[in-house]
Amino acid sequence: MGLLRYVAVRAALIVPSILILYTIAFLVLRVLPGNPILAVLGTKNIPPEQLRQLEHELGLDKPLWRQYLDYLWNALHGDFGKSLVVRGRSISADLKERLPATIELALAGLLASLVLGFATGVPAGLRRGTKLDTAMRLYGSITYTLFIPWLGLLLQLVFAVWLGIFPVSGRIDPTVGLHPLTGFYVLDSIIERNWAALRDVVAHLFLPALTLGIVLSGPYTRLVRNNLAAVMESRFILAYRARGVRESRLVLHALRNALIPVVTYAGLQFALLLGGAVLTETTFDWPGIGTYLVEKIQYRDYPAIQAVVIVFAALVGLVSLLVDVVYALLDPRIRY
Amino acid sequence: MTAVAETVLRVEGLTVHYYTLRGIVRAVEDAWLEAGSGELVALVGESGSGKSTLGLALLNLVPPPGRVVRGSVYVGSTDILSLRGEKLRQARGSLVSIVFQDPFTTLDPVRRIGDQIEEVLVEHGVQREEARARAREVLEEVGLPRSVAERYPHQLSGGQRQRVSIAAAIALWPSVLVADEPTTALDVVVQKQIMDLIDGLRRSHGMAVVLVTHDIALAAERADRLAVMYAGQIVEQGPAGEVVARPLHPYTRMLLASVPDIDSDRWPEPIPGQPPDLRAPPPGCRFHPRCPEAVEKCRREEPPLTLLPGGRAVKCWLHAGRE
Amino acid sequence: MQTPRPGRLAARLASPLLARLSASSLAKAGALLLAVIVAASLLAPLISPYSPVEPSGPPLQPPSLRHPLGTDRLGRDVFTRILYGGRIVLWVVALSVALSAAVGVPLGLVSGYLGGRLDRILSMVMDAVYAFPSLVLAIALAAVLGPRPENAAVAIAVVYVPTYFRMVRGQVLQVKASPFVESLRALGLPTGRILRRHVLPHIIQTVMVVFSLSAADAVLTEAALSYFGLAVTPPTPDWGFDLYNAKGFALQYPWLIAAPGAAITLLALSLALIGEGLGETARQGG
Repeated sequence: MGLLRYVAVRAALIVPSILILYTIAFLVLRVLPGNPILAVLGTKNIPPEQLRQLEHELGLDKPLWRQYLDYLWNALHGDFGKSLVVRGRSISADLKERLPATIELALAGLLASLVLGFATGVPAGLRRGTKLDTAMRLYGSITYTLFIPWLGLLLQLVFAVWLGIFPVSGRIDPTVGLHPLTGFYVLDSIIERNWAALRDVVAHLFLPALTLGIVLSGPYTRLVRNNLAAVMESRFILAYRARGVRESRLVLHALRNALIPVVTYAGLQFALLLGGAVLTETTFDWPGIGTYLVEKIQYRDYPAIQAVVIVFAALVGLVSLLVDVVYALLDPRIRY
Repeated sequence: MTAVAETVLRVEGLTVHYYTLRGIVRAVEDAWLEAGSGELVALVGESGSGKSTLGLALLNLVPPPGRVVRGSVYVGSTDILSLRGEKLRQARGSLVSIVFQDPFTTLDPVRRIGDQIEEVLVEHGVQREEARARAREVLEEVGLPRSVAERYPHQLSGGQRQRVSIAAAIALWPSVLVADEPTTALDVVVQKQIMDLIDGLRRSHGMAVVLVTHDIALAAERADRLAVMYAGQIVEQGPAGEVVARPLHPYTRMLLASVPDIDSDRWPEPIPGQPPDLRAPPPGCRFHPRCPEAVEKCRREEPPLTLLPGGRAVKCWLHAGRE
Repeated sequence: MQTPRPGRLAARLASPLLARLSASSLAKAGALLLAVIVAASLLAPLISPYSPVEPSGPPLQPPSLRHPLGTDRLGRDVFTRILYGGRIVLWVVALSVALSAAVGVPLGLVSGYLGGRLDRILSMVMDAVYAFPSLVLAIALAAVLGPRPENAAVAIAVVYVPTYFRMVRGQVLQVKASPFVESLRALGLPTGRILRRHVLPHIIQTVMVVFSLSAADAVLTEAALSYFGLAVTPPTPDWGFDLYNAKGFALQYPWLIAAPGAAITLLALSLALIGEGLGETARQGG
């Protein structure tokens, strides 16, 4: 019962953050650029009547506060308005198409970063003070400062172009014949039992996920190393040893305790994951919200950009909620 | 009371050094100890006397940078210090086990009590089903309801947690139980309960208990035999009643005098001076700088271990040559 | 005791900082690297005879003695562009960090110290922005403001204000609860003076660590903005932008992407090492 209430309270806190970000986005994207239509069309001369008609069509002639509330109201009902640039195109449709791609990439990247973080953090934690430990810590510092497009480009050059192991870009080869149900291609190919598609999708996912994973793994290396070392030296591990428990089981128990801060950190870093995904997508031509955002920025399609901000804010909020729940599940001290 | 009991623990010449960056700390030097089945031997000393290290050494559990340099710890006919790897692991918990001082940090916070005790049994070859039943059984033996098995450590009080630690330690009924200051972190009422529990368990199962403590009053009350430790060495040993009534070593005498006595008007007298730095212990007898009865010989030569009738032994020049 | 003048305040801050710096080999390495990069950028005209915007050789040449990093598609010397590009990056990063700190630190001080409604509202806003992907917000802002280095600096600054705000506010709350500040208030000292003279010096040390680390982040964010063409317009040299433009040629002319990418990472790394080094010594009670 405590868990349910805990979740409800945390869920309620998401709402103000989304509102705040929406407001900031509205101020920046609606108020600052002056007349959005002119901003899009540049300095093209346009007859005043046509301008007024366009404005009316897009609802831009209403007072600002009205536009603010209207958009919010519609967004709550899933209607994110129409694109400013692609006439008549529903933004919600765009988002629905693109969101799964980004989430899939983000999750794959998270997985990669955790694997790399543990692979480097566990040996370092078990052998503190050795050269291996120093090497791993250096790894952490360096990976964090790699510029994602650069790393992605290098990986593409080496593994996709020169070695030809992985595809260069994109999400899937259309000839494998996948019929997307959920939009999460890995899931969809399993549901369809289309193994050729699964292989293809994973191959496409590999390099982008690796890029994201490498850059984000550094903090996990440090976290796992420090926490593992601290736990291994703690009294209850000594007590376990005194009771004659095997070393391998000891490390397992230590990891379970050390895992808790890692999970919390993963949640806190979700925003970084999203930001990194945006850069990764543009490098690998991944058809997700990242590339969508950049496209819309170039065309100054403000309503679309606004929608993306709201979606991201909601995502971040949901993930932090998820992390709180998982944390409560992992650490019984929170629940009882 | 103990003369006929079979000896289950025999420690000979145990020496443990810590190899630190600042020098070699001679934490335990040539320790010797004996305990019979069902006996409680109290190891008494100030903090820094090396008693905890000795306790850990009985399980070959001294953490780095510490190392056992010499000596043997015979539990039954097995020398724990000669065991390695798998054999050592098996011996821990089944031949000899330990209960630590702080019940708040010695249990895994994210696992249920029952699981932790079961694991001790399973790791020593007991079948899962039997281990489950036995775990609950042993919880009852330490005075806890079986339902505790489903709980997590943070849901229990300090006294309850200490009982759990004891349960995990006796689950396989080792011959020797080392209790390192088991009641120091608990309040007085709980102290008595825990000590009563330990007494009951050792008597019913013939388990020898090595009680490591700084509290000589507690030792005097509960122990069958008493060993006094100073600066890494055991300076006096013998039946508890005898040692308390007729202490031979000056340190023992001063230790007894430093404890308040509710029955007499005597004012407690603290022992002057500080324990020595074990990286460079004083030459000769390690106690001589603080000893009011030290003579020239004490400053130069280390006194031998003198065995006296009545199962007593003392390491002091005042009593050497009396055997 | 008089209020220290800016110069003396700086001197007062510098010496413990230098002490901390020299205590950590990590920080020293970072500082050295940073110094090299800064020097190279500032002394660009002395180091390279070429212009960063005018062609100085045939296009797409591999590295040679004349052009140590080759030439780009317009025949401009890549090494020179890196050197001058550094100026832009350093300028944007320095400006953005200064702006963020100038806004975030005072706000954090005031909010933390005064508490109440103001603090709650401000904290909520700052937390919301902090939790949001900084790159996305910076991109949106920079797009609206237009592609100039100064605008990029403002966009980055806005995104990092919450970092300084939260850090300073946290420290202020800690100090505020300490008895010594209580007694100052009981003596009737005005808020401003308490903040300036007694609270501020305590928190400067921690701000320094955050400074370095967020500067490292700012380098990467600037590179991203520049990559999307939101920081400079051609022909201005800027590392991220150059990287983007070289993407199409990367297969046959890999040196074109090696240089700008490496420069970005090296600069960010130097700042990160300084920050980590300072943080290490701080934890050790330095």
